[in-house]
Amino acid sequence: MTYNVDEKGYYGSFGGAYIPEMLYPNVEELRQQYLKIIEEDSFQEEFNELLSDYVGRPTPLYFAKRLSEKYGAKIFLKREDLNHTGAHKVNNTIGQILLAKRLGKQKIIAETGAGQHGVATATVCALMGMECIVYMGALDMERQQPNVERMRILGTKVVPAHSGNKTLKDATNEAMRHWINHPVDTHYIIGSVVGPHPYPDMVARFQSVISEEMKAQLLEKTGGEDPDYIIACVGGGSNAAGAFYHYLDKKDVKLIAVEAAGKGVDTDESAATTALGNPGVLHGSKTLLMQTEDGQVIEPYSISAGLDYPGIGPVHAHLFESGRAHFYSATDSEAMEAGLLLSKLEGIIPAIESAHALAGLEFIEFKSDDVVVLNLSGRGDKDLGTYIKWGGY
Amino acid sequence: MNTIIEKSNRLDKVFEEKKDHVLSVYFSAGFPGLNDTAVILEYLQEAGADIIEIGIPFSDPIADGPTIQQSNQQSLDNGMSLKLLFSQLQGIRSKIDTPIILMGYVNPVLQYGIEDFCKDCQKVGVDGLILPDLPMQEYMEEYKTLFDQYGLYNIFLITPQTSEQRIKEIDANTNGFIYMVSSASTTGAKSGIATEQIEYFERVKTMQLKNPTMIGFGISNHETFAKACDYASGAIIGSAFIKLLSESTDLKTDINKFIKSIRNND
Ligand SMILES: Cc1ncc(COP(=O)(O)O)c(C=O)c1O
Repeated sequence: MTYNVDEKGYYGSFGGAYIPEMLYPNVEELRQQYLKIIEEDSFQEEFNELLSDYVGRPTPLYFAKRLSEKYGAKIFLKREDLNHTGAHKVNNTIGQILLAKRLGKQKIIAETGAGQHGVATATVCALMGMECIVYMGALDMERQQPNVERMRILGTKVVPAHSGNKTLKDATNEAMRHWINHPVDTHYIIGSVVGPHPYPDMVARFQSVISEEMKAQLLEKTGGEDPDYIIACVGGGSNAAGAFYHYLDKKDVKLIAVEAAGKGVDTDESAATTALGNPGVLHGSKTLLMQTEDGQVIEPYSISAGLDYPGIGPVHAHLFESGRAHFYSATDSEAMEAGLLLSKLEGIIPAIESAHALAGLEFIEFKSDDVVVLNLSGRGDKDLGTYIKWGGY
Repeated sequence: MNTIIEKSNRLDKVFEEKKDHVLSVYFSAGFPGLNDTAVILEYLQEAGADIIEIGIPFSDPIADGPTIQQSNQQSLDNGMSLKLLFSQLQGIRSKIDTPIILMGYVNPVLQYGIEDFCKDCQKVGVDGLILPDLPMQEYMEEYKTLFDQYGLYNIFLITPQTSEQRIKEIDANTNGFIYMVSSASTTGAKSGIATEQIEYFERVKTMQLKNPTMIGFGISNHETFAKACDYASGAIIGSAFIKLLSESTDLKTDINKFIKSIRNND
């Protein structure tokens, strides 16, 4: 069993490039070029230098002592929240903007949910002096107002998506339509391991720096590269894909993905794709998808804008179906409580997305010597409004 | 390959009988009213449309501009589904013989089940399919045998950016016609035909493809229709017709007037 993408762009039966002909030349150009460009020495040099000097990598692997005591295991936090711009998203946008430049593109578009990917894209566009438009669901623009202003300060135009639930799915539709209308000079920086091949693989490669660093850091701190568990939240699945990447073939490392259950998987308001979805095609790939019997995509719900998506990346659909990764889902309140707990125990206010991964700690029975790495994908600054509204602290 | 079924495809007949000014009209199933589908088909045939494309509604139509997005949404809000579409088309072949193409995104078809979908298409008398987000590779490997078996033509899109080699490949692997998207755009996005589009039309024309070509996207009136027909066997009207439907108070009269105005004695 392989967990990497095959020559046709599939992970098992998931993936592919289900795109209208209008996007074919762009996606095909990417497919032909991405590996060649990423593997060039000059690309790697520039990428690594920016990750280190601009983003602040490597991010620490922090032994969370009080959290460990609470759950009876050795819990390490991979501090992606300490990246410049506050989340793992920037690993990918740095990679993609360098790629876009080498493809001769002058303009950048992106979709965003929580605004973290939008901010990370706006940031690298400012850095490279490129024009940038970010599509964002009108509802998300309200939920994540500080990030909207951040993007604007960085010189990006933020365009509201008014269709559907006015969240991430709709922003992605609008970004794809924009790309159809501007195929020649524009590169679309997708923010997760979703979209047509080669996006899922490309984004996973840029995020794989997370598990690459983990290996060395674990070796130093525990004497071995392999933890017993890696836990990450899954919206589209990019932080999880990066945290799992170098461990996919190491069977002894248990991979735990936590989705957003919203108000509960048995309510109409959820975003737990593996619990509620079945195979379908959205945004260019075949994957697990929340949909009606008639094949209409169901509007998801989560308190966390970054997890409010009706699908997951095809790699995760494959990890789920093959049983390689174990999927849990955490409700709004389980996540909020876990977020508040980390704040009190460790002095770290996590992004509400990452708080879902933290809630996952409740679902697992650990042995006291288990080494657990929890990918803390982002910080909670953008979520202060939601924390304040939630209360209970 | 079943050549007998292929010969009897209504799309072939249209292009045999008519070498130019073939008019294809698109509308969304279940729009403006849930039960308007069959009526609109009849009015379109009466008015003289040569081919009719019926849109299968989908929640996330990424290749469509605002007009068709809205008709999609309204049709879904009306309660439209693929299942209901097949029941609305039941018996339609006793009333009209204009070729019918179903156009939609691949997900609803996948959920319906590909083979059941093909069977029901054949049963109600559908001639062709346009599934813009179904890639050629997938079509060839997973769908083609079934489509052939049920006598369905799969129509592919090409755009100004499609390479000559890929156009040839598409031409070799399809029947019916080739859908020439007039410019890099979503549906209904641009009006008028610019010089660079003419260059693209001419380039494709000189390729001497085995299939007829039809130009679509941005065709909205007599002028753009006539211009497109200078370079292709005909043209396709979508958003402009949807706009008409959404404003119409008398479908029969308005559809008739609209088609006449497009043709304008051509
Ligand atoms: C902090 C944080 N974590 C996780 C996610 C979810 O995305 P992914 O599943 O691609 O990591 C987001 C998305 O916005 C985010 O901002």
